Amino acid sequence: MKNLVIACIAVAATTFTAPQRLHATEQSDIDSLRKEVDELKEQLSASQTPTSSQSSFNPAISLILMGRYASFDNDPENYLIPGLTLAEETDPGKEGFSLAETELIISGNIDDKFFGRFTTALTPENEIEIEEAFVQTLGLPAGFSVQLGRFYSEIGYLNKIHAHYWDFVDQPLVYRAYLDNQYNDDGIQLRWLAPTELYLEFGSEAFSGDSFPASRPSNESLGSASLFMKLGGDVGISHSWQAGLSYLATQSESRETEAGNVSFSGDDNLIIADLVWKWAPAGNDSRTSLVFQAEYFNSTEQGDYTIIGNGTNPVDRARDGAYVQLVYKFFPRWRTGLRYDRLSIDDPGSAFSGTSLDTQGHTPKRISAMVDFSHSEYSRFRLQYNRDESYAVADNQWYLQYIMSLGAHGAHRF
Amino acid sequence: MLKKLATGLLLLFVTFSASARLNVFACEPEWAALVEELGRDKVKVFSATTAQQDPHRIQARPSLIAKMRRADLVVCTGADLEIGWLPVLLRRAANPKVQPGQPGYFAAAQYVSLLDKPTRLDRAEGDVHAAGDPHIHLNPNNISRVSKALTDTLVAIDPENTIVYKKNRDDFLIRWLQAVERWEQQAKTLRNLRVVTQHKSWAYLLDWLGIQEIARLEPKPGIPPSTAYLGQVLESLQHQSANAILIANYQSPKPAKWLQQRTGIPIIMLPYTIGGSNDADNLFRLFDTTLEQLQTGVKP
Repeated sequence: MKNLVIACIAVAATTFTAPQRLHATEQSDIDSLRKEVDELKEQLSASQTPTSSQSSFNPAISLILMGRYASFDNDPENYLIPGLTLAEETDPGKEGFSLAETELIISGNIDDKFFGRFTTALTPENEIEIEEAFVQTLGLPAGFSVQLGRFYSEIGYLNKIHAHYWDFVDQPLVYRAYLDNQYNDDGIQLRWLAPTELYLEFGSEAFSGDSFPASRPSNESLGSASLFMKLGGDVGISHSWQAGLSYLATQSESRETEAGNVSFSGDDNLIIADLVWKWAPAGNDSRTSLVFQAEYFNSTEQGDYTIIGNGTNPVDRARDGAYVQLVYKFFPRWRTGLRYDRLSIDDPGSAFSGTSLDTQGHTPKRISAMVDFSHSEYSRFRLQYNRDESYAVADNQWYLQYIMSLGAHGAHRF
Repeated sequence: MLKKLATGLLLLFVTFSASARLNVFACEPEWAALVEELGRDKVKVFSATTAQQDPHRIQARPSLIAKMRRADLVVCTGADLEIGWLPVLLRRAANPKVQPGQPGYFAAAQYVSLLDKPTRLDRAEGDVHAAGDPHIHLNPNNISRVSKALTDTLVAIDPENTIVYKKNRDDFLIRWLQAVERWEQQAKTLRNLRVVTQHKSWAYLLDWLGIQEIARLEPKPGIPPSTAYLGQVLESLQHQSANAILIANYQSPKPAKWLQQRTGIPIIMLPYTIGGSNDADNLFRLFDTTLEQLQTGVKP
């Protein structure tokens, strides 16, 4: 009897407490489930967040559309710089409407150790030029990096800058005269970035020597080589600067210019000093900024010129030149700029009088002024005026230019 | 002689690396402040930008290349906020430790869910961010999420100090969660306010506080407003008035002032990030100041 009572109480107790216990475990189960769901939700939303759209466009593709309207007093066909023999595409361009080169840029990380970029220019004459096709290492230790392929040399400041990012329609006269606007070639580049507070970088390049002013001798495997050094830093929060010193040595064998009428064999040694200084209040250039930029070129030319109708004569002379420019952003989308250009060329001597190497005692100069408007980061219109005294007859040149970029957002150098 | 010099250099290098703190390159001041909280004396933090600068538009300055060259860890927002300058720095510095995909590259936006993911990817919509709005730090819950992931990253690249980082994280999170609770209490009065903003910089703050954005001064993201467009904004405000115009320290106050003169709606210049005002000198004070300014600044 007693046992029965105990049993009854026990059964009753279990039936009473059991649902309660069940209730408690259910509650904690639900809580933990809810927590899990929340965590999963968070994970899901986080995993749906790609950090960059650029990676989904692997590689990044952008297309630059450029064109202009130009008006000149002089016939651009007659353009020359007395004392120099110019490479192709160095004249002021076509009058009236014309397309500039349309650039297609494809770039991206190849894997965790290499970056690659391909830039092709479609010329208005419906030709395709490969401007850049290079790979760069990202995985070398101790601040080293190597670049291979075809690329713009790191010499000077403007040499590396793509045409769509120039501050003026045209390159300074020093680039036009001594580097055919920009020096790009097939080769290799080695760079070392010092582990210092100040930006300090050294580098060297070796090229096949197939672009002006080089013309690789047939018995050589390298036609040109460079050395460069860059230095830069900040002064306070509002100022930043970069200075560089570079050297380009090029060799030529029968380098033809002026439709084959002039041929040069010899060496060209070019030294460039450059300085860029940028100011923006508190380092914020979205409203106003001022950029000062100057480069000095010094080139020595040693060798023999063969000119049809004038025979072959030796040359050993110095040539130099510089430009100084100032670009001021005065409203969020408006900039204006002023540039002064000057060349100074030693006369090669009486053996060349009457030829294109005869300086005619003229000092080439040019002054340019521009104003540009950018509706957004991707579109820009520019009006530019040049008073061009490259040769004895001064020319008034007007340009109206547009530069538009489609596709991936480009990141620009300093 | 050469051997002696080499041993000397080696010794110097060993002592240097042994005593060296982790070099951290932060893209924005908010992440620099968070790294300070989590790393304390184990890290040396540098912020590439200040509150006076627009993080979309930064020059890839030589000094930044030099900093990135020596960084052990890069902490950025990601989601394309720094797309105009960070890729150049990464490539020019060619530092293998901090390339995307390496443990030394941390993108905060990866660890939170982004608002305003565009449904139409077209530049006609302005400077749209394909991944969503990258101005994530003004919701303090995002800071908590990022702090956890960032601690894991610090531990991964500096495992020797695992205990320190985890202790710092716990210490920070306790203080932070208490502060968040306090802020949420304090901000109840701000719920359902209506504001005009300049750029899409405040989406996370407004989302957190339950404030409505009824107009924006930029016609498209990244495109400064014209007077004609401001006229349209003005007209829309005739139907539905706003309690305040919010602008960040780095933005031009001109369009906001134009609107204020015609409507009398007060302008509130919020710090936006660390250093955006004298009071906002750490993450806690950033939110303290922001809430205080909102509460005292709005027109009821």
